[in-house]
Amino acid sequence: MLSDKAKKEIEEIHGRYHSRRSATMAAMQIVQAEGGHLTEADMREIAEIVGVNPVQVQEVGAFYSMYNVERPVGKYHVQVCRNISCSLLGAEHIIETLEKKLNIKTGETTTDKLFTLTTAECLGSCGTAPMMQINDDYYEDLTDAKVGEIIGKLK
Amino acid sequence: MEKMLLNNVDKPNSEKISTYISGGGYKSLEAALKKEPEKLIETVKASGLRGRGGAGFPTGLKWSFIPKDPTLAKYLVCNADEGEPGTFKDRVIIEKDPHLLIEGMIISSYAIGGATSYIYIRGEFVQGTKILEEAIKEAYEKGYLGKNILGSKFSHDMHVHRGFGAYICGEETALLESLEGLRGQPRKKPPFPALAGLYAKPTVINNVETLSCIPAIVSKGADWFKGIGPEKSPGTKLFCVSGHVEKPGTVELPMGTPLREIIYDHCGGIKGGKKIKAIVPGGVSAPILMPSYLDIAMDFDTLAAKKTMLGSGAIVVMDETTCMVKVAYIVNRFFSHESCGKCTPCREGTAWLTQVLKRIEYGKGKKSDIKLLDEVCDNIFGNTFCPLGDGAVMALRGFLHNFRDEFEYHIERKECMV
Repeated sequence: MLSDKAKKEIEEIHGRYHSRRSATMAAMQIVQAEGGHLTEADMREIAEIVGVNPVQVQEVGAFYSMYNVERPVGKYHVQVCRNISCSLLGAEHIIETLEKKLNIKTGETTTDKLFTLTTAECLGSCGTAPMMQINDDYYEDLTDAKVGEIIGKLK
Repeated sequence: MEKMLLNNVDKPNSEKISTYISGGGYKSLEAALKKEPEKLIETVKASGLRGRGGAGFPTGLKWSFIPKDPTLAKYLVCNADEGEPGTFKDRVIIEKDPHLLIEGMIISSYAIGGATSYIYIRGEFVQGTKILEEAIKEAYEKGYLGKNILGSKFSHDMHVHRGFGAYICGEETALLESLEGLRGQPRKKPPFPALAGLYAKPTVINNVETLSCIPAIVSKGADWFKGIGPEKSPGTKLFCVSGHVEKPGTVELPMGTPLREIIYDHCGGIKGGKKIKAIVPGGVSAPILMPSYLDIAMDFDTLAAKKTMLGSGAIVVMDETTCMVKVAYIVNRFFSHESCGKCTPCREGTAWLTQVLKRIEYGKGKKSDIKLLDEVCDNIFGNTFCPLGDGAVMALRGFLHNFRDEFEYHIERKECMV
């Protein structure tokens, strides 16, 4: 069930667009922000609100990489950029360091559900490579020591 | 050189409307609203401004395609889906000087007669989204947005729309699909967005940097703008430099500045004094340049003549220790990951290229693999629905053409040449 707060936020968005369907992406973002991921039931409710068939919400969920559809993530979702500029400056090493520190492989979640580690394509922060995003925040100019410090603070 | 894009970014609280106004901000909007919209389009045409997203299409000409019928709803969409690997220039404006963009968008909307505009920002830019939303709120409070702006007859609403992880949405028709709540897959053209864009209504889609040039063009005039840089690619340009340089970052320089000057004078040269090996001149879709091209003028036409492109102005520098097979693999993996799946040559082709590049990189390449890569490239190029597949091929061909020996070495010896 969507929360009343989420429903209210979605209603506020409709005024921005000529068609209700345009609010699909934002509605899904609002719901994901609350629970960390989206379930099929969430998407059915969203479909009803924006006036489309459930499958039309599901296909949006499947297309955009940031929607965690039926894929719970830890409290902290660590995404390390693996594209060109970050790779040139040691992204692979940063990923290895994180795997060791968190004791998981890329794509996994720690048993305490605190961290999920994934890779990401270019996050538009190439001048401060290597970098990672944890939830909403960017962490840039990474070194081993810096990664240790960041993870240590979140643990 | 007088800057027009990065004037405010180093000021404290540069994102606040008070900072922007105290630096002369929103004066261009005041002046623009006193002019006929048609005159503004003429000014932008005369300035020679070309789209900064990558294609370099003349901005004024794009605007002039919008039908004049006042009964038609029209839209302006700012493409802030900055995603071409190596690109981080629009983010500077979004986070540090959002009002420059907003002022540019209000003026542009007035010129084309648009009552509503959207900023389509990539989902990962959470901070940028918050900053833009706050800046739009400030602009409403000051009367630069909303009903009867500055006492004129022009009313305008502006909204932020977040993408959620899809490189393809930087393609303008995929972006429109996404704005309508669909999967971001490109549309068939024609009809072009100027006639049937968002909700099938006339729509202009411009890049963040392009729209941010508008206030200066209005306040200082078309001739002033045209006086900077080469005649056919005038104005200043944001170059974002990353990779093996001492001082990576975004710099604003006249269009046509030599690559050598950008890398060595403005970005401190190659990291650790190493030798330069290759340069991506305009985002990873742009074929790489060899160091022999360091004196090339960085503008649309000069780079196009050398079979590469200025693209988004994203320069990625690689030093002598870089394995080109690995870089080619990383770049191709990206395109395969981001292929939207709509057309077969791109969806299957980029995945196949990645598979072959991966096995070469990991020492399992076959002798026939280079020929196979060439063949798959030939079957993708020119056969895809949108430029993503072509971009993947252009990038890979650049690596294969300039570093074929490294690919052969990798296959034979099962290790890097470097």
